[in-house]
Amino acid sequence: MSDLISPTKLTKKDFETDQDVRWCPGCGDYSILANVQRVMPEFGIARENIVWVSGIGCSSRFPYYMNTYGFHTIHGRAPAVALGIKVANPELSVWLATGDGDGLSIGGNHLMHCLRRNLDVKILMFNNRIYGLTKGQYSPTSELGKVTKSTPAGSVDQPVDPASFALGVNASFVARSIDTEAQHLSDVLRRAAAHVGTAFTEIYQNCNVFNDGAFDAFTDKAVRAERQVRVEHGKPLLFGANNDKGLRLNPRTLALEVVTVGDGGVALSEVLVHDETNPAFGQLLARMPFPEFPVAIGVLHASQRPTYDGTLRAQQKAAREKLGQGDLAKLLRGGSTWTI
Amino acid sequence: MNEAPSSTSPHDFPREVIRGAVVRFAGDSGDGMQVTGDQFTAAAALARNDLATFPDFPAEIRAPTGTTYGVSGFQVHFSSQDVFTPGDAPDVLVAMNPAALKTNLRDLKKGGVLILNSGTFNATNLKKAGYDVNPLEDNSLEGYTVLSIDITKQTVAAVKDTGLSNKEAHRCKNFWTLGLMFWIYSRPLEPTLQWIESKFGKRSDLVAANIAALKAGHAFGETAEVFQHRYEVPPAPVEKGEYRNIGGNTATALGLVAAAQLAGLPLVLGAYPITPASDVLHELSKYKQFGVTTVQAEDEIAAVCLALGASYAGNLGVTSTSGPGMALKMEGIGLALSVELPLVIVDIQRGGPSTGLPTKTEQADLLQAVYGRNSEGPVCVIAASTPGNCFTMAIEAVRLALKYMTPVILLTDGYLANGAEPWKIPNVADLPKIDVKFRTDPAGFHPFLRDPATLARNWAIPGTPELMHRVGGLEKDYDSGHISYAPDNHERMVKARAAKIAGIASDIPPLTMEVGDDSGKLLVLGWGSTYGAIREAVQRCRDRGLSVSHAHLRYLNPFPQNLGEVLKRFERVLVPELNLGQLVKMLRSAYLVPAESLAKVQGQPFKITELEEKIRQVLES
Ligand SMILES: Cc1ncc(C[n+]2csc(CCOP(=O)(O)OP(=O)(O)O)c2C)c(N)n1
Ligand code: SF4
Ligand SMILES: [Mg+2]
Repeated sequence: MSDLISPTKLTKKDFETDQDVRWCPGCGDYSILANVQRVMPEFGIARENIVWVSGIGCSSRFPYYMNTYGFHTIHGRAPAVALGIKVANPELSVWLATGDGDGLSIGGNHLMHCLRRNLDVKILMFNNRIYGLTKGQYSPTSELGKVTKSTPAGSVDQPVDPASFALGVNASFVARSIDTEAQHLSDVLRRAAAHVGTAFTEIYQNCNVFNDGAFDAFTDKAVRAERQVRVEHGKPLLFGANNDKGLRLNPRTLALEVVTVGDGGVALSEVLVHDETNPAFGQLLARMPFPEFPVAIGVLHASQRPTYDGTLRAQQKAAREKLGQGDLAKLLRGGSTWTI
Repeated sequence: MNEAPSSTSPHDFPREVIRGAVVRFAGDSGDGMQVTGDQFTAAAALARNDLATFPDFPAEIRAPTGTTYGVSGFQVHFSSQDVFTPGDAPDVLVAMNPAALKTNLRDLKKGGVLILNSGTFNATNLKKAGYDVNPLEDNSLEGYTVLSIDITKQTVAAVKDTGLSNKEAHRCKNFWTLGLMFWIYSRPLEPTLQWIESKFGKRSDLVAANIAALKAGHAFGETAEVFQHRYEVPPAPVEKGEYRNIGGNTATALGLVAAAQLAGLPLVLGAYPITPASDVLHELSKYKQFGVTTVQAEDEIAAVCLALGASYAGNLGVTSTSGPGMALKMEGIGLALSVELPLVIVDIQRGGPSTGLPTKTEQADLLQAVYGRNSEGPVCVIAASTPGNCFTMAIEAVRLALKYMTPVILLTDGYLANGAEPWKIPNVADLPKIDVKFRTDPAGFHPFLRDPATLARNWAIPGTPELMHRVGGLEKDYDSGHISYAPDNHERMVKARAAKIAGIASDIPPLTMEVGDDSGKLLVLGWGSTYGAIREAVQRCRDRGLSVSHAHLRYLNPFPQNLGEVLKRFERVLVPELNLGQLVKMLRSAYLVPAESLAKVQGQPFKITELEEKIRQVLES
């Protein structure tokens, strides 16, 4: 992998392209782009060995703005295209940008298979809970009863939670962050980049045109301390402005409960300590109902298992060792032949 | 005679030398008819007969035993002369049960030989097959030479010492039957004996039983005195060389492997299982040592997209499928032609629409292949004409895809996929190399720079320093490759993509006659798997003095440059197709010729006689 390494130290500028960024002013996509451009140089990977792949949507314009290789494919199919890229050249660092519609509606099937296969790619899902590019229809992550142009009486389908979905199909890395939380997002991106296997990161992204303020209830400065729990491996699940609230497991119901910690509350020892290697933690945290519970952000789950591309390579190597380099003339002759 | 006969033992049965024969084996899906057919074919090939085969099996994996829809058939035509088709009507029909008789008798030649397993003609089976009266007992089989043998009983007796269960003993019937057929056609047993050993090697009881059954069937021919003759089919006069028997799907797979080697590229196949295309996936998945990677994708959309992703990264991306899968791939093919990357799509056509007739053949995906994308979506479309030709056309698909940076659709069909013929093994050193150049020079680079001769864009793959760029399905500026919505630019790009595909016409062979003169009263113009039947029919008509020629299209988009001129040299043009007239539509629209259609959509190939009759009709009208 040494040739992956960039010989010179890169900067944010090196990752910017000469293309005009065409998102609406104020769109959350800008801050995600800036964040990615800022942390990518840290990974030390030469730009020519990075490929950004996307589907279709506002979020899927992302590759045009990254000065790496980029492939803007078709709606929902980025994981399938990335599979081919990674199979053809496992050395490449492959990143996917997708939306809640692209990744969970039309492309839900491919996303599921990518996650279960543990293909070594990094997926950023820009979740704005709306179809941005097609001008504001509800998406699979929109809340029940969502009123949009296509659902004037309110949507009638239950939303899917991206992180819970990913855990459900056995993803090896699942994280959540927020477009405007620069520091947190950078940290999560670093973790995702370091993960070997499919790293799935859901980013709450504000679409200020069609779903403005969708996440204000827990991202607003005034409330975020009370409404977010920032999970970290090995640390107690505490939140609140004074870190005086915690999550405890009720062993009888196998459900989480919010408890007050310290004075007049429970002892710190009763608060769950996050174990990101145990997917059950991830699933409990991903599915906490809001606003009864805070929204969990951070690395919900991270574990190691063989990757699809790694295992494939190993099979290939084994075949070559066992059978030698293929001999075409012999292959064409097949089983029984006769000469005239 | 107690001793099992050996193939070389001399006997006083007269051996009648015949030109050839068409034999069909028909039985229940569980009766092993495909294995029987394969082994019988291998014996004909080893005797250097020319031959063609066609299996015809049900869509159900294990249809209820004894039913008409569970009947599986295998037809082989072998001869001391050139063979172009598996034959219209069998000379010999082997029917292992009443259902097989019921569904196949109508095809048997008048006066043909009918070998029946009378042991299965009991009340239950007769009822399942829909016989009110046992056909062995009324006069319905008059006019055929009927050999009614209790093959079940004979087999059970032959294998009784091997300790098999009754059920397993019954399953040896096909080898008993094969033994008998080998005796009739004077074939040696040794190759099949070896095959049984290698196939059932782990179960010595099965080896012993199947060998006993094979030998018993053979011995039956000698001793039962029901046969007047043994037949002998001398070797066919074929070109010198080394031969093997090959089916269309195997030939396609081998052609793809060969092409990837000739191009020096690793091959990535994306595929989702579908009849009759799955065998291409199965075959290619055995060739990791050739740098072949196969991915069984989650669906056909993923399959085409991953193949495209592989091409984007500098490998040779291939995807194989059949009609319904083809429909799913279209948006991916559109992306491939928009980003102008090489991609080979193999469509092994089957009966449709929708799920249609999964195991039957048809040529009705032609328009889908040529026109099936949204907007102006030109791609190159080519078609194989025989099982062996699948090899050549697979290499051609790869050559064109790489040279023109375009998707190429290779059309074959169920008939080619499952049919087989002797194939002269090409000399690897004679196969032309396929030239591939990746762009590495950053000077003046943009991703849509075109080669002025081919109009192919330059191929810059990830990992190449200083050539970082973005491609996608949005329209691109002709001069920079950046996104562009400019009206004039769009038209320019649409025309550039069309011109690139049209230009392929100068890089493919001109259309020549397969049979007959360069001009005359009637041209029969075919494409794809109808080759053998048309060729034979036209030859027969010419033998009778009719002015008719046969030409066959292997390139459907673009057409060969001289096609329009060829059409003009004939008074009339007849286009036989296994669809409702798709090529004929394309010919009329491209050349304004009054080409006539002979359409058949029954899931079955043309019979030679059908074509002969139509040719005569046209020439007389
Ligand atoms: C096959 C196909 N169907 C529909 C569309 C139209 N379309 C484009 S983007 C989109 C939804 C995008 O939503 P999301 O993935 O959430 O992305 P966002 O724009 O919100 O970032 C749709 C329906 C398309 N491009 N292709
Ligand atoms: S529509 Fe919404 S998501 Fe799309 S660019 Fe505008 S603000 Fe961003
Ligand atoms: Mg969205």
